[in-house]
Amino acid sequence: MKGRGLIAILGLILAWQLVVTLAAPPPYILPGPMPVLRAMARVFPQLLGHLAVTALEIVLGLLGGVLLGGACAVAMIASTVARSWLQPLLVISQALPVFALAPLLVLWFGYGMGSKIAMALLIIFFPVAASFYHGMRRVPPQLLDLAGIMGARRGAVLRRIVIPWGLPAFASGVRMAAAVAPIGAVVGEWVGASSGLGYYMLHANGRMQIAEMFAALAVLALFSLFLWFAVDRLMRRLIFWEPATPRRDP
Amino acid sequence: MALCTTSMSSGEARIEPGRGGLTAPAVVLDEVTISLGGRQVFSGLSLVFDGGRTTCILGPSGCGKSTLLRLVAGIGPPLERGRVGVSGGGGPCTCSWMGQEDMLLPWLSLHDNLLLGATLRGQRDREAEGQARLLLARAGLAEAGDSLPAQLSGGMRQRGALLRTLLEDRPVVLMDEPFSALDALTRQRLQDLAAGLIGGRTVLLVTHDPLEALRLADDIVVFAGSPAAVVARLQPPGRPPRAVGEGEMARLHGHLLSLLMGGGRP
Repeated sequence: MKGRGLIAILGLILAWQLVVTLAAPPPYILPGPMPVLRAMARVFPQLLGHLAVTALEIVLGLLGGVLLGGACAVAMIASTVARSWLQPLLVISQALPVFALAPLLVLWFGYGMGSKIAMALLIIFFPVAASFYHGMRRVPPQLLDLAGIMGARRGAVLRRIVIPWGLPAFASGVRMAAAVAPIGAVVGEWVGASSGLGYYMLHANGRMQIAEMFAALAVLALFSLFLWFAVDRLMRRLIFWEPATPRRDP
Repeated sequence: MALCTTSMSSGEARIEPGRGGLTAPAVVLDEVTISLGGRQVFSGLSLVFDGGRTTCILGPSGCGKSTLLRLVAGIGPPLERGRVGVSGGGGPCTCSWMGQEDMLLPWLSLHDNLLLGATLRGQRDREAEGQARLLLARAGLAEAGDSLPAQLSGGMRQRGALLRTLLEDRPVVLMDEPFSALDALTRQRLQDLAAGLIGGRTVLLVTHDPLEALRLADDIVVFAGSPAAVVARLQPPGRPPRAVGEGEMARLHGHLLSLLMGGGRP
């Protein structure tokens, strides 16, 4: 599968070169792969500096969102009071377009990392909380009956049965979160920042340095891929009882 | 052998001392009336399941066998009238349960799955772990103790579920079609294992397989009708696990089948 992914990427780059060769757009509209590579080599140290900022925002947002989303899901499972308060909040948090909140977040949390982390966290929170919650709700009732007959304590049922049962769904929520976390950070940087890849891209775009913009985009994409695979691997190791190959759908 | 076709309302609560040092109580249903979805499942059902004996409950699908078992376990629907209890007034914690599906937790090793009850009660200790290992060895699963359920065959998993039920060491064992999802050979092996290990407890085993009942039961109760009532109660000769297929057993098998096919009305 990895081989095919590589071929697909190479094919895309080839098609890109083909379009540039045939249509010959001016370089400030669409530069070819080679100029982008050259630009990347030229500004690489700069890009690395910006990547460090963006990567930290993404990772912190991911950690915060996963922790908060997970805690929220567990609270909703453990207590009906928590559920009745949190469920509408969850729905509202999704009804609000997070991007529309970006300017507000920058206003509240400043131009630094805080607003970007908050942005990423807001985006991540929901998929994690929702999938974990629904995963835990899918515990077979026969299993809960069995635990009841065994004379289990309530806390033990939650800790030993319900939460582990929801972990595979939690893992898919975290995978989804890892895929969307960069969006939050970059949007945050677009609205107002003094560093980060999103800031750099906006800046390069404004100065018609399209090759540099593409170079930054490529670095961001590579990092996002790396993050996703790292998270996927971690989840596989954590949820060792789930089959490595997904079950076929009926 | 005794064969009677009266509905049992005046059974005697005989309590035998358990072979495993347990005192197995009788399970008593007293004038139980219950409805599910507007349909009356039992109407004034009174029944006694003798202590320390294995009673197989037979009946056509949907006649309320499983509901009866759930009532005894304390996880059934609320009673409209009557009482379900255990002689001597034990609470719901006198029962252990085994269902059709093994319900092993996929993230625990077989050994840890056996200890689920102890773990959930906060009673897991060296002694319990030793007992689990001992039971695994007796059932020929010593090697599989560290395996995850997904690595085991269906028969091994169900054997694990049986051992988990036995490790609970409760005087009353409730089994809801415990072997029906297995192939014929595996089923027979598991029946033998169960008959060997379960002795001395009050066992209620719901099944739709007359052969299984004849192999395992001290006492067979046949339900039929709506609301369900006991249409036959019989004690096959000899001690379980019995060889079935010839002579008296074949005749009884035919008799039970005709009871089940004919809606059970004598």
